[in-house]
Amino acid sequence: MASFPAVLQSEWTKIRSVRSTVWTLALTFVITLGIGALLSLLTKNNFSEFAGAGDSPFDATGTAFSGILLGELAIIVFGVLAVGNEYSSGMIRVSLAAVPQRATLLLGKAAVLGALALVVALVTAFTTFFVGQSLLGGHSTTIGSPHVLRAVFGAALYLTMLCLFSAGVTAMLHNQTLALGVLVPFFFLLSPILSAVPKVKTLAHYFPDYAGSRMLLVYEQTDQPYGPWAGFAICLAWTAAAILGGILVLKKRDA
Amino acid sequence: MIELHELTKRYGDTLAVDGLSFQVPQGVVTGFLGPNGAGKSTTMRMILDLDRPTSGKVTIDGRRYGQLNEPLKYIGALLEAKAVHPGRTAYDHLLWLAQSNRIPRKRVDEVLALVGLSSVAKKRSRGFSLGMGQRLGIASALLGDPEILMFDEPVNGLDPEGILWIRNLMKGLASEGRTVFVSSHLMSEMALTADHLVVIGQGKLLADLSMADFIKQNSRSAVRIRTPHVEQLLTALHGAGLNAEARPDGSYEIEDGDLAHIGELAAAHGVTLHELSPQQASLEEAFMQMTADSVEYHAGNGEGRDAAGAWGAAWQPRDAAAADPAAGKEN
Ligand SMILES: Nc1ncnc2c1ncn2[C@@H]1O[C@H](COP(=O)(O)OP(=O)(O)O)[C@@H](O)[C@H]1O
Ligand SMILES: [Mg+2]
Repeated sequence: MASFPAVLQSEWTKIRSVRSTVWTLALTFVITLGIGALLSLLTKNNFSEFAGAGDSPFDATGTAFSGILLGELAIIVFGVLAVGNEYSSGMIRVSLAAVPQRATLLLGKAAVLGALALVVALVTAFTTFFVGQSLLGGHSTTIGSPHVLRAVFGAALYLTMLCLFSAGVTAMLHNQTLALGVLVPFFFLLSPILSAVPKVKTLAHYFPDYAGSRMLLVYEQTDQPYGPWAGFAICLAWTAAAILGGILVLKKRDA
Repeated sequence: MIELHELTKRYGDTLAVDGLSFQVPQGVVTGFLGPNGAGKSTTMRMILDLDRPTSGKVTIDGRRYGQLNEPLKYIGALLEAKAVHPGRTAYDHLLWLAQSNRIPRKRVDEVLALVGLSSVAKKRSRGFSLGMGQRLGIASALLGDPEILMFDEPVNGLDPEGILWIRNLMKGLASEGRTVFVSSHLMSEMALTADHLVVIGQGKLLADLSMADFIKQNSRSAVRIRTPHVEQLLTALHGAGLNAEARPDGSYEIEDGDLAHIGELAAAHGVTLHELSPQQASLEEAFMQMTADSVEYHAGNGEGRDAAGAWGAAWQPRDAAAADPAAGKEN
């Protein structure tokens, strides 16, 4: 049987030796940080207009993470390409000939993908948080304030889980173009639109992105269906299901 | 050793491989021959456990592919399609492959040198020519220093130099005692490299015999004649115990006939000959005859039929081989 450490090493070589890894992960960092910094700065300079006369308190953490909705696109693309390029290049046959234990192969890939995504997401989340706070000046919060540290880790976990979820969906669809065509409209159109529609939104509140993003909230919201940890669990369940689905499809199909 | 037992694969309505049973003999080059669509690539994918058989089984050294510990050390394969990420360098492609089966890194440099790709090892494979891509695929197959090598149509699309290189490589590998299983749809290619032949058509086994036996069985000759005095000549031949087959173009052929004997016979009976020529069917024709019935597009395509006609009704090596698949196995 293929040794799991050997598969991990091999998958690491695969991932570090293509350019798309570098640019998708760099974009994740740059977009999340850039937009977050920009909005933090705008908020500070126009605080009275931006923060509004809200019923909920101003969320300095959430302001710094304004860019995450766009930044997640890059890490989703990273997850799709890491799995999908095996299919687009036909390399999947070489990979399976080398590691015929299909579950081992996909789990190894997911582990490497997840570890790398987590490292990049942690760096992105903490950098974004601290840069955002420094730009917010007098309106900033601190990492030691209630729930803030959880929200920053939550941002990193959110990005990592969306990446792995996308990787799993790509394995299920075994086609990267199709996977992008399904995932991008889902996360950028369908999910945000549905979560604003009355009635339907109850369902949309259990989508992976909505659930995962609950971890980023520092203050409770009035219409919140569940707390941050329930959100984490729901998002994690989606991720696990996607990877499991990917394994089942990979095991069943002819390569 | 690769052993197939009643291996069958169905894709929807297509029966791609139909109850194939044969063994790939050790230490020689075995040609896996069949027209396009015969099921060669499908069979090879099943050997590697990439496609799952509908029924039957295939084993390598007695085990299923998936049960092999670090399979690249047992069997190395080059499949039909180019299967390399275009943005990855040749070196990195071989490196991940080596790492997955715990093959030492220095072996990557060795195989790169072996196939002559050392100078472009750090180049992304996007810019590789077909021949370079094929060499990289062969380097992947050789990486684990396996006893068995399997190549699917390795010379397809290559220039003469590349073809020659692959031929010599396969012979070299067999001379080191390795088992080489190589597919082709061209008999002429196999005649130059293979020691043993497995012929399939429409997924079914048509022949399994040594190349020497194939040549012995198929290198029959005939004498072709053309005459304005057909009746007289046929009577004369009949009187001498010879049988002539009419051909569509008006000529006649006498199988295994002796040129001088037939000429003298014609002279003795005062028959004018417009043609008296020896005919030698090529192995390619013999192969086409063997697979004529199984070629998917044979309707309207005269090629296979003509080759069949060249041998007349008496020539039936296909049935002989099919009825006795053990024929030719003794060597
Ligand atoms: N993945 C597939 N799905 C459906 N049909 C297939 C598939 N692969 C091969 N076939 C069909 O099976 C038959 C055998 O194909 P193949 O094994 O590629 O033949 P060969 O390699 O001898 O040319 C053909 O009719 C082909 O169209
Ligand atoms: Mg083929």
